[in-house]
Amino acid sequence: MAPISRGFHGRRREADPDRVPPGQYVVDDFPVLSAGPTQRTPTDSWTFAIGGAAESGAAWSWEELNALPQETFTTDIHCVTKWSKLGTTWTGVSVDTLLEDVVTEAEFVTAWSDGDYTTNLTLEDVTDGKAWVVHTFEGEPLEPEHGGPARLLVPHLYFWKSAKWVRGLTLTLDDEPGFWEAAGYHNHGDPFKEQRYWSD
Amino acid sequence: MERLSAGRVPIVWRTATVSGLVDESTHARTLVLDVPGWPGHVAGQHVDVRLTAEDGYQAQRSYSIASAPEAAQLALTVERIEDGEVSPYLSEDLVVGDPLELRGPIGGPFTWRVADAGPLLLLAGGSGLVPLMAMLRHRAAQRSVVDAHLLVSSRGLDDVLYRDELAGLAGTVGLEISYTLTREQPAGWTGFARRVDAEMLRAIAPPPSARPRTFVCGPTPFVEHVADALVGLGYDQATIHAERFGPTG
Repeated sequence: MAPISRGFHGRRREADPDRVPPGQYVVDDFPVLSAGPTQRTPTDSWTFAIGGAAESGAAWSWEELNALPQETFTTDIHCVTKWSKLGTTWTGVSVDTLLEDVVTEAEFVTAWSDGDYTTNLTLEDVTDGKAWVVHTFEGEPLEPEHGGPARLLVPHLYFWKSAKWVRGLTLTLDDEPGFWEAAGYHNHGDPFKEQRYWSD
Repeated sequence: MERLSAGRVPIVWRTATVSGLVDESTHARTLVLDVPGWPGHVAGQHVDVRLTAEDGYQAQRSYSIASAPEAAQLALTVERIEDGEVSPYLSEDLVVGDPLELRGPIGGPFTWRVADAGPLLLLAGGSGLVPLMAMLRHRAAQRSVVDAHLLVSSRGLDDVLYRDELAGLAGTVGLEISYTLTREQPAGWTGFARRVDAEMLRAIAPPPSARPRTFVCGPTPFVEHVADALVGLGYDQATIHAERFGPTG
């Protein structure tokens, strides 16, 4: 039983509890978080690669990625540092599209990024319409501070799983903890189960 | 990276007791806490704090640890955000003897131990000084003489946290402290008086070839600006650790 903070009332916002996970608060701005300098990879040298435990890999240039079927969708995002941003609109390519021709027995992926960032996910968490490589936020090119030119977007998990500056997915047979997962954050990161840290 | 989770103490909520309050500036206060079962921390880490209203409503925020791992009590320094939900309560309403729920320590790459060696380059914007102060306190507690450089950027001299303590540390071997006051400078001010820029970094920091372990902490625009300047000067990105915070607390 949590002790009462005498005299604390809070500044609550009207928010749909079905949309705001426990321990989160809704923001209107878009906070920036990352563990190092912002990466600024020009799109003319940008590629996106799928490799690892697959019969054959796949790779796209910036133009090729933009020539794939695009999806525009609106979703809520939840950062482990407690903020949630509701109703954000993104455009990008579904990971299902990127994996279409990939034959694999892998059950996990590691997303890797410029700046040596990695994060691990199950294949199940990035397929069936649950994950995208996005390049457009609210109709504008995604800013570098927010992960542009392209970031992974996996909105049903805490936002560190939505790797900024993403450059590829490595399919793996075993689950291999990424940057924050190895530093004590939760391996799965479901915000509605409040899976913030490894012991949650 | 070191795999930290093996054999570690679970990150569970603990009820601390406020044993002291120290006003650090007109808008920042240090909470000194007794935390039963505290597993210890590394300088640079943070905790989550949770407040509970009488009707059960809860709010959580993260705060950097200001105290050295060697200190007997845990210290958090909280800057009051005027329209914030949690920081006004912590910095104005909380009194000695109150319970306070927290859990931690949390955070991996933004940490420094004396054993990691140096040189150390610490760049603080406003209350971004807090986790960097934990590193300097750790360095002092260990009597380390590792080459360390701290640059503090503040609006005015009254906004600088831990001023007296920093003045005392400034004379110690191997530590250089510089200040830049971006808005208001007292008469006779001899420090910097502008936003941090490449020229200032060149003046106070070890060269890129020395590969300093660099920690940048402050509001997002400060960290973006400083980290970009460091990259522009040729510092290896892998040596630059950043912690950004926004006024959402």
